Amino acid sequence: MRRSMLFLPGNNPNMLQNGDILGADAIILDLEDAVSPDEKDAARILVRNAIRTLDYQGCEIIIRINAVDDTGFWKEDLDEVIPLKPDLIMPTKVSGAEYVRQVSRYMEEVERRNGMEPGTVKLIPLIETTLGVENAFEIARSDPRVVAMFLGAEDLTADMRCVRTKEGSEIAYARSRMVSAARAAEIDVYDTPFTDVNDDEGLVADARLAKSLGFSGKASISPRHVSGINQVFSPTEKEIAYAREVLAIIEEAKAQGKGAVSLHGKMIDKPIVTRAQQVLAMAAAIGGGVQA
Amino acid sequence: MNKLVSSVKEAVRLSGLKDGMTISFHHHLRNGDFVLNMVLEAAAELGIKDLTVNASSLFEIHAPLVEHIRNGVVTGLETDYMSGTVGRAISEGVLAKPMVFRSHGGRPADIESGQSPIDVAFIAAPTSDNMGNCSGKYGPSACGSLGYAFADAMYAKKVVVITDNLVDYPLHDFSIPEIYVDYVVQVDRIGDPAGIVSGTTRITRDPVGLVMADYAAKVIDASGLLKDGFSFQTGAGGASLAAAKYLKDIMLRKNIKGSYGMGGITGYMVDMLNAGCFQSLLDVQCFDLGAVQSIRENPAHMEVSASHYASPIAKSAAVDSLDVVILGATQIDTDFNVNVHTDSNGYIMGGSGGHSDTAAGAKMAMIIAPLSRARLSIVVDHVLTVSTPGSTVDVLVTQKGIAVNPARGDLREQLVAAGLPVVDIHELKARAEKLTGIPRPLELGDRVVADVRYRDGSIIDHIYQVRS
Repeated sequence: MRRSMLFLPGNNPNMLQNGDILGADAIILDLEDAVSPDEKDAARILVRNAIRTLDYQGCEIIIRINAVDDTGFWKEDLDEVIPLKPDLIMPTKVSGAEYVRQVSRYMEEVERRNGMEPGTVKLIPLIETTLGVENAFEIARSDPRVVAMFLGAEDLTADMRCVRTKEGSEIAYARSRMVSAARAAEIDVYDTPFTDVNDDEGLVADARLAKSLGFSGKASISPRHVSGINQVFSPTEKEIAYAREVLAIIEEAKAQGKGAVSLHGKMIDKPIVTRAQQVLAMAAAIGGGVQA
Repeated sequence: MNKLVSSVKEAVRLSGLKDGMTISFHHHLRNGDFVLNMVLEAAAELGIKDLTVNASSLFEIHAPLVEHIRNGVVTGLETDYMSGTVGRAISEGVLAKPMVFRSHGGRPADIESGQSPIDVAFIAAPTSDNMGNCSGKYGPSACGSLGYAFADAMYAKKVVVITDNLVDYPLHDFSIPEIYVDYVVQVDRIGDPAGIVSGTTRITRDPVGLVMADYAAKVIDASGLLKDGFSFQTGAGGASLAAAKYLKDIMLRKNIKGSYGMGGITGYMVDMLNAGCFQSLLDVQCFDLGAVQSIRENPAHMEVSASHYASPIAKSAAVDSLDVVILGATQIDTDFNVNVHTDSNGYIMGGSGGHSDTAAGAKMAMIIAPLSRARLSIVVDHVLTVSTPGSTVDVLVTQKGIAVNPARGDLREQLVAAGLPVVDIHELKARAEKLTGIPRPLELGDRVVADVRYRDGSIIDHIYQVRS
C-alpha cells in the first residue's frame, strides 16, 4: 500500500534521520537532482549509512538513482545501495524498454556479486520525457522488476516546451496515457509532485484530480503535503461501508445460488466486487477510513 | 508633592542607593530593554559599588552588565532566566560569588517573605502619570502585562518608575498604583519596540516540529484532561505553538469550553480565547503585538502578577489549578529531571522561568523536544543541571516516540489505548545514541558560579564554571 511517496535529499542528514516520522508510505532517498555532482559520493555514503542505521519502520524505501549516461553515476549508485536491499530503485529519465532492461541487468550483476537473489529489488521507472510518455506501455512491461511507474512533470513540460501550470492542463495527456499504460500492464502508477509547498488547498485539489484519473498515489517534495495526499488516497468511511455491503450481498447471493445481484438498484458485477475488495484491503492496511 | 525628577541619575541619588544595596528590574521589555543599562550607568557614574542586581530575566541587550561586574559596580546577581553574553561571562567566572537562579514563582515569594529584600526597584513603564500610576498596555514601548514588576513595586524600600510616555494624572487602567511609587523619571526611550515584542509569533513550519506538536495535542486529548473547564499553558517556541494550534482544532471539533489559558501569552492563545476555547487568559507576560492588543482591549484577557501566576507561598496561585503545561528542555534524564539552564558545553543559556512552577502545579507537565539536537541526544543518564525535578514531569514527547514517567502508569495506559507511540525513556535514549553516539563526559571546573534554587527556596543544583 503506497499512497504517498516523499522525496528526501540524499545529502541532508536531518531529513534522512527523520524520514520515518513524516507519515509517508514510501520515502524516496534522492541521489539525483537534489545532489550536486561534487556531492554524489557523500550523498551515496550518507544514504547507505542511513538505511543501515535507521529503522524506517513501516516505510518503504525507494532510491532515486542518476540517469543512465556516461558519467557512470548510476552504476556507482547501484553498487552502493543494492546490497542494502531497498524496496525499489527509481531510474530517471526513462525513455524506453531497453533503458529499463539495461538498469535491471546491472542490478542483477550487483545482486549476484552480493549473494542476493536476482530480482530482489524492484523498479519504479520515472517517466519525465515525451519519448518516455509515448513508450509508457512498453516500459511498464519491459522487465519483471517493474512494479510501478511515476510521472515527473517538471522535466516533461520542459521537454514539451510548454509552461508547467498549477492547473496542469498541459500534462492531461501524459497523465491519462501513463495511467492507461500502467493499468494495462497491471502495475501501480504515481502522479507528479505538486510543487507549491505553501498551497495546501491546491495540493488537495491536485491529488483529487490524480485520484479521479486513476493514479494509485502521488509523490511529494514537501513533508507538509504528505498528510493531504494520504487523506485523498485513503478510502473514506462511506466507501468502506459500501464495499462491505457489496461483499455481504455477494456472499448472500452465492449462498442462495443467485447469479445476478443488485444493491441500491445498481447491478453488482465483477469490477465492482474487485473494487470493493481493494478498498477493504487498503482500509485494513491503514487501520480504517478517513472522513469524507 | 512632586515625584517627577529630571534624570535617572537624579532618581538614583534621591533613592538613597548606596554601596552594597540590591536593585531590581522586571524583564517585560525583554531584548529591547534600555532601563537596566541606563540605571547601572548612572550608578557607575555616581561611584556606587558592590550592588546586587535582581532582575526577573536578562537578555543579550544587557551585555554591558558584564563590564559593570568587572568594574565592581555589580558584585551580586539574581535572576530567573539569562541568555546571551551575561550567561557566558557568568559561566566563565566573571562574578566572584555564585549568582542565584530562582523560578518566576520563587522570585516574588522570596521578595514578599523578606528572603530577598530589595532596596530600590527600577520599573520600566511604557506609560505612567506623574504620580507613578503606570501600565504596560499603552505607549510607544507597550509590552502588555507588567506581571513580574508587582512584587518589586510592593516590597522594595524605594520605587522608581521610568517611562517614555508621561500622561496626565490619573492614568486610567493602571497596573501598578501610585501608592508604591517614590519617584517618576521621564526619558526619551525606555526600549526598542522591535526587541520588546515580536510582530507576530509564528508556528513552526519544520516538519519534525509539526510531528511533535501533533503528538503533543493527541497526548492531551488522550489524557482525559481535555474537557469543559480545561486550563492550559504553552511556551512561545515553534513546536509548542503548533501544539496549541492542533489543540485548538481538537477543542473546536469537540466543542470543548476551557477555563483559562496562561503564561507568556502569544497571538495564538489570543486566537484560542477569541474562538471560545477559553473563558479567559491569565497573562503574566505578553510575547507579541497580538497579545498586547488583546490585553488592552479584551476584559477577559487579564493581567496577573508573578505571585498570582506561580508563587509557592501564596494561599493559592494560578499554576495550582493548571491542567496541562507544555514545556521545553535542553536535556532530560532517564529520571525525567529536566535541564533548561545550561547547554551541552556547560554554559548558562536559560533558566527556569516558570518551568518548575508550572510543572509542579499542572496535573500533566509535558516536555516537548526533538530527540537529538546538534548531534547530541536530548535524553541523557544525568542532566547537567537539574532545573525541574523529574517527580513533577509526567511525559516527554519527541518525534520518535513518547515516554511516560513510570510514576504515571495511568497516563501511560491512556496513551497506549489511544494508539500513541509510547516508548520507555531508556529506549528513546538508545535510539538517539544509535545515531549520535555517546559524547565524552563534559569536564567542568570545581568552582560554583550559580546556585539554582527550586521554587520552595531549597538549592536544587549548582552550576560550575566552564573550563576555558
